[in-house]
Amino acid sequence: MKFLCVTCDEAMKFVESADPARGDTFSAVFRCPRCTHRIALLANPWETQLVRSLGVALGGRTAPHEPLELVRERLVESRLLWTEDAERRLERVPEFVRSMVRDGIERHARKRGCREVTCEVMDEARSKMGM
Amino acid sequence: MKTYRDISGDGGSDIAGQAARRAARMRERMASIANSLVVMSGKGGVGKSAVTVNLAAAFALQGRKVGVLDADINGPCMARMLGVERQTLMLGEDGVIPTEGPLGMKVVSMDLLLTHETAPVEWNAPAPPQPHLWRGALEAAAVQEFFTDTVWGKLDYLLVDLPPGPERFPGLHSLLPRCDGAIAVTIPSGVAQLTVGRSVAAARSLKVKLLGVVENMSSYLCPCCGTHQPLFRDAGDAGGQVLGASILGRIPFDPRIARCCDQGVPFVLAHRQTPAGRAFLDIAAQVSRLRVAQGGGQ
Repeated sequence: MKFLCVTCDEAMKFVESADPARGDTFSAVFRCPRCTHRIALLANPWETQLVRSLGVALGGRTAPHEPLELVRERLVESRLLWTEDAERRLERVPEFVRSMVRDGIERHARKRGCREVTCEVMDEARSKMGM
Repeated sequence: MKTYRDISGDGGSDIAGQAARRAARMRERMASIANSLVVMSGKGGVGKSAVTVNLAAAFALQGRKVGVLDADINGPCMARMLGVERQTLMLGEDGVIPTEGPLGMKVVSMDLLLTHETAPVEWNAPAPPQPHLWRGALEAAAVQEFFTDTVWGKLDYLLVDLPPGPERFPGLHSLLPRCDGAIAVTIPSGVAQLTVGRSVAAARSLKVKLLGVVENMSSYLCPCCGTHQPLFRDAGDAGGQVLGASILGRIPFDPRIARCCDQGVPFVLAHRQTPAGRAFLDIAAQVSRLRVAQGGGQ
């Protein structure tokens, strides 16, 4: 999809979008580089979902690609992924309490809105749990 | 007034660039995979996933490095069938580290991302009443991520287990930088072969090397007289071919195959000396020979 300033016969350029990754509907502002006239594209929920399902970012990517980012972001309930370092550290916890510790750390990570468990998240959780 | 094609670029999103970078990541990832083979059926219930698991294990028994990608996003079962459902995918520096099943087989499946065994695959969507509008696109992107974001390492064989549906193979094929061959699984019934035949035709129209057909549940061992009897009335053999393709092998029905799937142990590892076990090993050997003859990597 492209936008043309009919007055100037000039292709419009992307300026910004409101909360492109989340939100119920997508909106993006485009500007004519010649006359600076601005217009907004407003996508309905179905169009928004279709574009997101393609795994591309309108307005361009602002963050580097993360492994399985689309699947992890769009699944209603997804297991948290642990980094190798964090998993190795968890293995040092005695086996009989390991799953309890894992659950506690994951609860903390989810509360914080983390999409993965790193050593830093483990440290935070440990201090919160008073361990 | 300018038209769409008069304007280069897309105003700043660089959607084509994003897609190209994703495709480049996928090509790079697949460069270390010697043979990527698709196992398809088109028809549900013919035992395709059981065939995938046991072929993978048979390749691993040959000493090959093997990976299994479960492309069935909505009905994933590979983690259970390969006994890795209690393992978790981990994040490494270069992507997601797959779980490791028997004989070091690497496994990636949607069920490794679900919170519990019976959790349905539900997507966050602002437009839930019309899921058919976007669900297919999202599932295709999910499969693409499994390929691209997994640290497969050097593999001799990557087996891709497709969900049922004759349209699945063309859909997957459009995502892959290369597909080195397809294996069709059917059972000797007219109804199954009608649908599986459509998948075979689709593979042919895409000029993918159809390595052959595996005829599952071809016979059963009569407990009374000890002879192999056909399991389906329509069983037949037209000059060693089914659906116009050569037969890679016939797997006799053995109830232990289903039991092994439930227990997460590939049948061919537990019962390799049985007729079905030997059939799986023979099929794997034949596929290896075919791939060598076709100039495939080993």
